[in-house]
Amino acid sequence: MSSNAITIPGTQIQARPWVDELHQWLTTVDHKRLGILYILSALLFLAIGGVEALIIRIQLMRPHNDFVSPEVFNRMFTMHGTTMIFFVAMPVLFGFANYLVPLMIGARDMAFPRLNAFSFWLSFLGGLLLYFSCLGGSGLYGAGSAPDVGWWSYAPLGARAFSPGHSSDYWTLALLVSGFGSIGTAINIIATILCLRCPGMKISRMPLLVWMNLVMAGMVLIAITPLSAAQIMLLIDRYLGGHFFDTQAGGSAVLWMHFFWIFGHPEVYVLIIPCFAFMSEIIPVFSRKPIFGYPVMVAATVCIAFVSMSVWAHHMFTIGMNSYANSFFTLTTMAVGVPTGIKIFNWIGTMWGGRIQFKTPMLFSIGFLFQFLIAGLTGIMMAASPFDWQLSLSYFVVAHFHYVIVGGILFALFAAFYYWYPKMTGRMLSERLGKWHFWLFLIGFHLTFDVMHIPGVLGMPRRIYTYEPGRGWDTLNFIITIGAFIQAVAILVFLANLAISYFKGARAGNDPWDAWTLEWSISSPPPAYNFATVPTVGSRRPLWDLKHPEDPDSRYE
Amino acid sequence: MTGRTSEAENGRREMSMLRMRSSTLRFLAQTILLLFWSAITLWANEPKGLPPHGTNIFAPASTPARSIADLSVFVLVITGIIFVVVFALLVYSVVKFRGRAMDAGREPAQVYGSTQIELAWTIIPILIVVVLFLATARVIHAIQDAPEPAGAAQVTAIGHQYWWEFRYPNLGIVTANELHIPVSDPSHPTPTFLQLLSADTDHSFWVPELAGKTDLIPNHPNRMWMDPRRTGVFLGQCAQYCGTQHAKMLLRVSVDGPEEFAAWVRAQQRPAIEDTGAIAGRRVFESNACMNCHAVAGTAANGRFGPDLTHLMSRATIAAGATKNTHDNLRLWIQNPSAIKPSSLMPAMQLSDADLDAVVSYMETLR
Repeated sequence: MSSNAITIPGTQIQARPWVDELHQWLTTVDHKRLGILYILSALLFLAIGGVEALIIRIQLMRPHNDFVSPEVFNRMFTMHGTTMIFFVAMPVLFGFANYLVPLMIGARDMAFPRLNAFSFWLSFLGGLLLYFSCLGGSGLYGAGSAPDVGWWSYAPLGARAFSPGHSSDYWTLALLVSGFGSIGTAINIIATILCLRCPGMKISRMPLLVWMNLVMAGMVLIAITPLSAAQIMLLIDRYLGGHFFDTQAGGSAVLWMHFFWIFGHPEVYVLIIPCFAFMSEIIPVFSRKPIFGYPVMVAATVCIAFVSMSVWAHHMFTIGMNSYANSFFTLTTMAVGVPTGIKIFNWIGTMWGGRIQFKTPMLFSIGFLFQFLIAGLTGIMMAASPFDWQLSLSYFVVAHFHYVIVGGILFALFAAFYYWYPKMTGRMLSERLGKWHFWLFLIGFHLTFDVMHIPGVLGMPRRIYTYEPGRGWDTLNFIITIGAFIQAVAILVFLANLAISYFKGARAGNDPWDAWTLEWSISSPPPAYNFATVPTVGSRRPLWDLKHPEDPDSRYE
Repeated sequence: MTGRTSEAENGRREMSMLRMRSSTLRFLAQTILLLFWSAITLWANEPKGLPPHGTNIFAPASTPARSIADLSVFVLVITGIIFVVVFALLVYSVVKFRGRAMDAGREPAQVYGSTQIELAWTIIPILIVVVLFLATARVIHAIQDAPEPAGAAQVTAIGHQYWWEFRYPNLGIVTANELHIPVSDPSHPTPTFLQLLSADTDHSFWVPELAGKTDLIPNHPNRMWMDPRRTGVFLGQCAQYCGTQHAKMLLRVSVDGPEEFAAWVRAQQRPAIEDTGAIAGRRVFESNACMNCHAVAGTAANGRFGPDLTHLMSRATIAAGATKNTHDNLRLWIQNPSAIKPSSLMPAMQLSDADLDAVVSYMETLR
């Protein structure tokens, strides 16, 4: 872009090239730049949320610790959860979707470039709004006043009687604003995929990444709207005398739970389906085989999307629903395991008979498969609602969903970073640092989250700022904290790799992995217009057809 | 000829790579073993097992907890088998189909899928889900829809920000934080049925060895039951985040033998003991805000925001289990509640030393 800018000798513009550059980044409507902005903002919040996690772990390192006060601890877990879900996981996945979807379908940009920029800035400002609560919540004193209501903000804790001041207003507004951003991006992704595919790319020929992001975007539209509605109702309660969730005046705490979880559970799939997408692109390339069972993978994704809309109350097994409701949600939740299992089998089927190359993206993908398997099985345990009456709200649940989010989503994201960083920057990430990153993170992860299941079984509830000695929890918590620090070191290695490789990495060339989808047919990084001539495709792996004219895929589809 | 040498070279290179890989692997394995071993010794040497029972969900002492534990073991076995099978497939395919130096440039056979295999790994999981669901539904029904026998004890548990109120409607008893219930003999069951209410935010009643947890939600009365088979004190705590001091909303359930329970009921039904020696302390209690929140049966104090103190000295702990009920702790708690439980809703009353001593000695007469 900058090379096209007209420079006038002797003017201020020439004296301040970085201002120009910054101006271009801030006003960009290019899907690739917006994708990178999404990813950078997510990395910023990842660092903040990670520090919050470390504070939580130091406090819980031993019983009756007083590293932070109860108020600060409660703010830390509230901010950690809210930050990681809304301002790390969602933006980073939207970032990859933004960057990759147009490239993979042979388009020159998203369908609505300006809506794209608007959505990004809404999401980012939502994050700033959340952190502004530290200053603006109820004044500058003590340790600030970030919200301390938990990331669910269960009624009536979020009502004015129990949450005075403005801290939870910032929480509400942050989620509302970034929610509108998410809806904008979802509409954009759907429109792009439906309308901008290049000639020959029938819907049955789209790469699986595109298919899965289409499903994800559809789920965002359905899942975010009830959350936004609930936030508006909460604001009405707090400022206009409403009583939706105000239990002191006859409101319903259970209504909030339903609103929150009918967003909250599909949200898990909104986050994991793009990760399935990464796996479905990376595993075939490093196994040197096409994905096993493409139509079944698409069907399983759509099936997960449908079924996951009817499982939300498994977060509410302890609220005293009747036995029929508990049985229904047990069945639907277990049923989600079937299409999810099909996916795992198809990925193994893809590796079966292949020639697997253990580059860093593949290492993270294998880590993903292993951890996602365990996360799915602990999920089945908690789907059995009586088992959940014991495990729910305990550290077992915390271990389970971190297995999904860190062991699954974050591992898949790391795979995606190592795989597409060369396309985004034109440089390879260091394999040596990558392997250090992988092994350190793997060890730290398992030390933390394998062990974390046990205190849950031994009766340790979540969200407690301290605990009693002598219940068998002390050593376990100490080990968990050690693991957290190993993970933190691994993240530093990763960030260092991103920074160092940007300047010193080996040149990537167009197609460093010998891959098969359209983004690898153009230069790295791609030009602003993506494709000089719009490509035409004849199969699901257009670059395979080019490289193997004697045996093209188009012959078998 | 040249082809053969290069193959041998390749082989040698592969050997050295293997050797390197195996030394790294050995190092990793040793580190992991060392970590596990030290963790296990640390855990084994940790001071455990206070006199009360622990909070292990696999050490059930009543019917609901036992049927949950049995179901849990069943689910664990099934998921364990699934794990072993899928993990073995994963490891096998990673090891067996790893790329080798000599395949450079050659692609493996391109396989696109197989309908039969897809059908197999769809139908088998569906069957497993059906089995798991039926086993689970049976336990849900057995626990949730259990009829209430005639001899059942009734307790209303009310969650407050950071303490528990227990009312026995049929016995006319009000107490706090330490629930007493009768042991249940299988031949003559006396289960306890709890009605669960909340005075403010959401809470959750969780005593892992007696039953699964059930939430206490404002405007949404809930019900749960347990029929303990062993006597003793069982520990638990609030499981649903309820505010700043959620961590110190601890819970003790004392399961008493029939005579013991009857004696406890008789003692609790008596009004507060009038001790003329503590009249000064009682005056301080009743002329300060203490009586706005606390009740002492048979006196003018009838507040309901805080725990009922009529038989305070019959309880082993104060501040919802945060500390032991001793003279010094009681004095500290009245003088400066934040020292024991920061941000609890009990205010520091700023009493003079003389008044403080008087109130503490009054409290100590409330047996």
